[in-house]
Amino acid sequence: MLFPSWAFLLFLAVLVPVYFLVPKRIQWIVLLIANAVFVCIAGLLGAVFMAVTVATVYGATRFFDASFARQRETLAAMKATHTKEERKRKRLSFERRRRLVLIAALVVNIGILFVLKYGAAIGRITAGIFGTKAFGQDLALTMGISFYTFSTVGYLLDVYRESIPAERNPLKLALFTSFFPLLVQGPITRFETVGKSLTAPHSFDGKRFLSASLRIAWGYWKKLIVADRLLVAVKALCAKPDVYRGDFIFVEMLLYAACLYADFTGGIDITIGVGEMLGVTVEENFFRPYFSKSIAEYWRRWHITLGEWFKRYVYYPLSVSKPMRDLSKATRKLGAGVSRRVPVYLATILVWALTGAWHGSNLTFLVWGILNGVVILLSEELKPLYARFHARFPKLTESTFYRGFTVIRTVLLLSSLRILDCYGTVREAFSSFFSMFTTWNWGAVFRGGVQSLGLTYTDYAIAAFGVLAMFTLSMVQRKGAIRPRILKRGTVFSVCVLLVLIGTILLFGRYGFGFDASQFIYNRF
Amino acid sequence: MEQLLDILRELHPETDFETETRLVDGGILASFDIVMLITRIEEEFDVVIPAKDIVPEHFNSAEALYRLITRIAEQDD
Repeated sequence: MLFPSWAFLLFLAVLVPVYFLVPKRIQWIVLLIANAVFVCIAGLLGAVFMAVTVATVYGATRFFDASFARQRETLAAMKATHTKEERKRKRLSFERRRRLVLIAALVVNIGILFVLKYGAAIGRITAGIFGTKAFGQDLALTMGISFYTFSTVGYLLDVYRESIPAERNPLKLALFTSFFPLLVQGPITRFETVGKSLTAPHSFDGKRFLSASLRIAWGYWKKLIVADRLLVAVKALCAKPDVYRGDFIFVEMLLYAACLYADFTGGIDITIGVGEMLGVTVEENFFRPYFSKSIAEYWRRWHITLGEWFKRYVYYPLSVSKPMRDLSKATRKLGAGVSRRVPVYLATILVWALTGAWHGSNLTFLVWGILNGVVILLSEELKPLYARFHARFPKLTESTFYRGFTVIRTVLLLSSLRILDCYGTVREAFSSFFSMFTTWNWGAVFRGGVQSLGLTYTDYAIAAFGVLAMFTLSMVQRKGAIRPRILKRGTVFSVCVLLVLIGTILLFGRYGFGFDASQFIYNRF
Repeated sequence: MEQLLDILRELHPETDFETETRLVDGGILASFDIVMLITRIEEEFDVVIPAKDIVPEHFNSAEALYRLITRIAEQDD
């Protein structure tokens, strides 16, 4: 079920009143049933995979909890009768058993995701090597699996680390895993926040309903007016790398930056808005990302929950792992600077390779990920140089002009890296990117070029207006959240704003007969 | 504590670590700095900070970090 579909709006129109009319203690069960319906409509195979995830993660986390309790009891009983060494051995034996269960649960859950994500690509590669028929070509990701697997694995690891206790009710874990708005494109959530919020009782609040409706409408506005419109041109540009070269690539970079922003943030606005409507708090996934002054800052502000997940469960554990510490010590003879950098460098590159791989099986994603890591490390190394520059020219570097320059530089840099997202092969992506510097064809771009991309000048004008609106609102948002300010001006004013949003979507959105509202770009990852 | 402050000053000489209480939340210490810091702490204090303790509340101030180091050192004994 697509967010931009009548079926989804009908689904919400039925769920919301039922959710608030039933007794509060069974609200979460209503939500669980709604999730089950949503998941089953998307496909029964997906429902089976999700059930496997819930069952294995539930079993493993309950085992961890029981194991921690037994460990505490056993060690307390041994305190008077056994030596410190014996108690340590006992503790290690408990830890070993927990680790084995953790590995088994990770193999099953990451294994399903791995097979679905890379099965078809591995089939093609082995067919190429052995000359056999490619297997697994019909393997495809099921609804939301990249997102819910990461959320539940995060929960699994939190219980394994004893950061949180295990949930005793498997249905509550199922509710967290299957919460329907999160299955479209995330965000990746944490059990102790979203999981708890899902099962808490919620009363209907008219003001909150209106506020949530505004956020949902704004999400649809971005998606249907800007993203789906620009996607037509972006797809046309990417489909013909032989034709659209040179300055067309610059146009492609800018259009894709606007399109992806409107698409991803729009979808997340709808997700968070739906959660808010039901009283469920979902983590924010963006913080005005295109206002970042460096790629590292951008990644702290774009798809925040994925970055946090990798940092928490891969980057830090890997950096402080024993092999990494040993490697760092082994390189001390090369100098303190080198040995201290070893964990950071290796962990950064590996995490970015994994982040790339998470996006898909195509090699372009892997290269994109690694290049992001390289840029981040390079800018980290250049920091002393920047500091000298800032000290030498304090007036310049504190000026609005310089801040604007760093923001534009970051957007251009990240858009350059994103070219890899647009093409099937790394070669095509690099060739297209570098053609910008060798082929000067602005004439062709503006003499019919941009008109050949499936959009009319009116479409471009509407999209440009949409981008301007998004930019203006982001600027206004810097001084504080916008919706409370709208709501403060009264219900009539707020409803008028909502109606204007809905009205402009109906007038200028790409939907209805003759148009296919697209699935969200991040849904394919 | 002075030893820890020295390590922190090596990373960010411009920051007043004795008073700052939002090192992570305020964006002064990024993940890159945190890993460098952990490596330095292991060198100087012979204390290994486990991944589960790498959370903002332990790194937001020099004092909180020092408490963490002391706690881990005591556990190791």
